[in-house]
Amino acid sequence: MTRQAEVGPQSRLAAAMGARAAVTNYRLRATVQSIGVHLVLAVFLILFMLPILWMLSTSLKPASQVELRPPQWIPSPFNWVNFADFWRYASFDRGLLNSAIMTFGGMIGVFVSGPFVAFGFARLQFSGRDFLFIVVLATMMLPAQVTLIPLYIIYKNIGWLNTFYPFIVPAFLGGGSFFIFLLRQFFLTIPVELEDAARIDGCSAWRIFAQIFLPLSKPVLATIGIFSFINGWNDYFGPLIFLSSPKMMPVTVVLATFKDLEGGVQYNLVMAAAFVAVLPCLAIFFIFQEHLVGGIALSGLKG
Amino acid sequence: MRTSNLMTPRMRRNLEGYLFIGPWLIGFLAFILGPFVFSFLLALSEWSILEPPKFIGLGNFQQLLGEELFWKSLRVTTIFTIVSVVLRVSIALLIATLLNQGIRGHRLFQAGFYMPVMFSGVILGVLWAWMFPFDYGLINDLLRRVGIEGPRWLSTPPLALTSIIIMSMWRVGGMMVIFLAGLKDIPSELYEAAEIDGAGGINRFFSITVPMLTPIVLFNLVISMIQSFQVFGEVAVLTDGGPYNSTLVYLLYLYRQAFTYLHMGYGSALAWVLFILIVSVTLILLKTSGRWVYYGGTRV
Repeated sequence: MTRQAEVGPQSRLAAAMGARAAVTNYRLRATVQSIGVHLVLAVFLILFMLPILWMLSTSLKPASQVELRPPQWIPSPFNWVNFADFWRYASFDRGLLNSAIMTFGGMIGVFVSGPFVAFGFARLQFSGRDFLFIVVLATMMLPAQVTLIPLYIIYKNIGWLNTFYPFIVPAFLGGGSFFIFLLRQFFLTIPVELEDAARIDGCSAWRIFAQIFLPLSKPVLATIGIFSFINGWNDYFGPLIFLSSPKMMPVTVVLATFKDLEGGVQYNLVMAAAFVAVLPCLAIFFIFQEHLVGGIALSGLKG
Repeated sequence: MRTSNLMTPRMRRNLEGYLFIGPWLIGFLAFILGPFVFSFLLALSEWSILEPPKFIGLGNFQQLLGEELFWKSLRVTTIFTIVSVVLRVSIALLIATLLNQGIRGHRLFQAGFYMPVMFSGVILGVLWAWMFPFDYGLINDLLRRVGIEGPRWLSTPPLALTSIIIMSMWRVGGMMVIFLAGLKDIPSELYEAAEIDGAGGINRFFSITVPMLTPIVLFNLVISMIQSFQVFGEVAVLTDGGPYNSTLVYLLYLYRQAFTYLHMGYGSALAWVLFILIVSVTLILLKTSGRWVYYGGTRV
């Protein structure tokens, strides 16, 4: 205050005007910059959306418009019947059913066993726990291909080839190290006081798990359910190796053969089929976007 | 209840603990450790399933060192991994930084950039197989509109690999989300201080954003490197290794050796080479990271 009083009225006015000009200048620059950023992002977004729009456009074209140069961007008329026609080329409906069985089977396995195991690692004291948890982390680094050939031979010997067991049974045994890791990290954040109070009341570990931890872990279970669904639905390498009969193949394998069927399927039908195949994952994404994005961020930062 | 009297509290705790992690332990022994050991033995044997396995020591490894296609697939995979990972990390970082500038419709943009991650390798391959064709493809159509006659992407050797790299760049959403989470953790005081010092946007990006994000860059590098070494589905569908094996990625070679020709021992040896390669590159990245990764203001 005192310093301001010493400054003459004229210089004060000049300073205020200068400051205002600087603020206007700054605001202008900020606005231009913000518009620029939006524009760049919009261009990127259009580039990213083009393949999807191209897929939709092709899937709705009548056969005569599929192979045109230059391509016809907007089909006329919209040939909705493509979405009814592609089913007759391969056992696509069967593929969707098979994918659903494997995906949900695996997902139930993860839900049943993942939290149980993770609770053990997060909250119970037993000898060898920390070493075994390092083993869990180490298995995350192991590429699946190393165990793939032996698993093929083992499954062959116990009669699991060409069945859904290889995709469902292992999920019931812990559900995979990544899910155990995510769940354990979540359980570690639950305050000890809750558990201590229950222990004093004489609750067993099982009841603490089932009545305190499980109800609290709904958000992380949602994340894991989504990951497990997407992994299961999109799996290609596993089914390609462990399954052999066309009747058992999931939608990924059916779609891959679709492209190379004898005589060739028109690409508008292939695109319609591809769109139907990706639809469940897109639907899950739009419904559970927050959980999915939150889960990825969590795994990235804690990892 | 008699048993519980016989046990010390420590034994009870152990029993309880192993009961909980039991399912994982069984799964680990049966589906990971067992096959892992088995795989090592297989790598040292010759086995075509039809005849009993024969121990041949390092024979498989000797054979693969002299195999032209082994080196070719290794070269293809390495080029793909390096180019694709560097491009993807850069694009993801760029988009995440732009998205972090207080953007209107932030959620819409994020959803749009993330959507391609939902496409499995197979669907990715099927979709992009219709982006690249010379006459009817979308890419060449766009190029023609600006007066460029596009090439035959999938049937010319170096361009086929380029096409696969372009396709892989479409799925940067996962990395972008991880970068975004990291950007939110950078204290805003740093930017304010820099702004007072008169640092411009680009200056701030390279002197604050990039150093503060280096731990996450490292994480994304390692994860995407591991994934890229194992690329399979989209390549199998898009080019199936062709033309002239110019896109024969490592797993495609492994798959054919093990499951088309039933060289189970040789295939296991290939898997071990991949495993050792991935572990070495990961360790090298982590060991050398001290020179450029910045942890909370002090270089470690």
